[in-house]
Amino acid sequence: MVPQDLRYTKDHEWVRLAGDVATVGVTKFAADQLGDIVFVELPAVGVSVAAFATFGVVESVKAVSDLFSPLSGVVTEINPALAGQPELVNGDPYGEGWMVKLKVADPTELAELLDPAAYDQLIAEA
Amino acid sequence: MTEPSIDIAAHSSPLRERHVALGARMTSFGGWEMPLQYGGILEEHRAVRERAGLFDLSHMGELFVEGPEAGEALSAALVSEPRRLAVGKAQYSMICASNGGILDDLIVYRLGDERFLVVANAGNAPLVSDLLAQRIAPYRAILDDRSLATALCAVQGPRSVEIVAPLTDLDLAAIRYYGISEGVVAGIPALVARTGYTGEDGFEVFVDTERAGGLWDALWSSGLAHGLAAVGLGARDTLRLEAGMPLYGNDLDPSVNPFEANLGRVVRLDKVNEFVGREALRRIAENGPARLLVGLAMTGRGIARHGYPVFSGQRATGVVTSGTLSPTLGRAIALAYVAPGDAEPGTILEVEIRAVRVPAEVVPLPFYRRPR
Repeated sequence: MVPQDLRYTKDHEWVRLAGDVATVGVTKFAADQLGDIVFVELPAVGVSVAAFATFGVVESVKAVSDLFSPLSGVVTEINPALAGQPELVNGDPYGEGWMVKLKVADPTELAELLDPAAYDQLIAEA
Repeated sequence: MTEPSIDIAAHSSPLRERHVALGARMTSFGGWEMPLQYGGILEEHRAVRERAGLFDLSHMGELFVEGPEAGEALSAALVSEPRRLAVGKAQYSMICASNGGILDDLIVYRLGDERFLVVANAGNAPLVSDLLAQRIAPYRAILDDRSLATALCAVQGPRSVEIVAPLTDLDLAAIRYYGISEGVVAGIPALVARTGYTGEDGFEVFVDTERAGGLWDALWSSGLAHGLAAVGLGARDTLRLEAGMPLYGNDLDPSVNPFEANLGRVVRLDKVNEFVGREALRRIAENGPARLLVGLAMTGRGIARHGYPVFSGQRATGVVTSGTLSPTLGRAIALAYVAPGDAEPGTILEVEIRAVRVPAEVVPLPFYRRPR
């Protein structure tokens, strides 16, 4: 079962929303599918992202995968540890492996995302 | 992300169940369903560099050419000169089209005065088999395509000798690099070659397909005490790239000639007889190749990948054909074709990665050389 306090996209990103601050990463399912993650490319602080648009890239040894933002907002922080330790995404995808924090424009966008049960179902059928 | 799809018409390795039992993620490669990875590519890569890895290479093609004119026939079919091989020795070779384009890269082993083994890449084996059959037809030589009847396991890494030696009557020290010998391994008749695609010491062991399970199990048991790990195609690719070895399909294809791929030394233009591609290759050698395959070490942040363009200042100079994050070096490395004027080691170029130009330096190959 995935963390119950998060919401999910069909592309396997998760978001934790506290007030208007959203923390975003990729799920354990995504990290396992990708295999060893060796590179994460994130936007600069101050960049605006739109819900479901790409905001960066995560690379495994063999492949490059786009990252899709769960919500619209402005990037306020990026995880400084990922440049040197991209494997944190594999080891702790919901914790130390967080990718960006956004100041979200419209918290009601959360309703467009999958709840934990729906996401569990999505990955069970994959 | 996309799941690798398995083509239901693909061949299965005789070792498939063992891979699945070890938790392998399977993939389609060259018409075969093979293990991509078990525990993880980085871990498997490191196992080979530090201890040893066990590879299932049963998808490779094994083509035996025998007869009084076997050597002459192969000399006409390939760009190298197999007649120079002593019995028990091997050479890297290529089969080219008449325009000099590379149709496959190969290893040719001499098993006897009149007996050779040609090992082809999985995806090209049926084509190479047909081409060889056609090209040797005028000679007193026959082709015996035993690709499906032959299985191949490789042990590669510094502990390889300790792992294989207890299982065989062969004196492994007597089989030098690029040597091959016939003997018995784990009670199974086998060809044991000291060749590989990783840059480490190691052995490639050929047995009949129905004996593959016994061979794998014996190598596995012998390897337990030495930290032997099962290694898939994912790590096979990162290992060969660090060793500066080209991959057919990525770095070599029919649009590339040996001189462009830095493999001119393999082409014996001084052979007395005709061979396919001779005239075209002679002209290319004379005029110089139009581009050259080089090693790139990324100096800026980013991983160069197959298909990414390469620039020298504002001028487009070529394209990346293989690239990854090198687990041993901890930096991104690549092979790329560039204009000959930009091929000198030390040259600073740029690779365009998602619309951003990232600096890279031309470096000599290989990227990694095993400690001797």
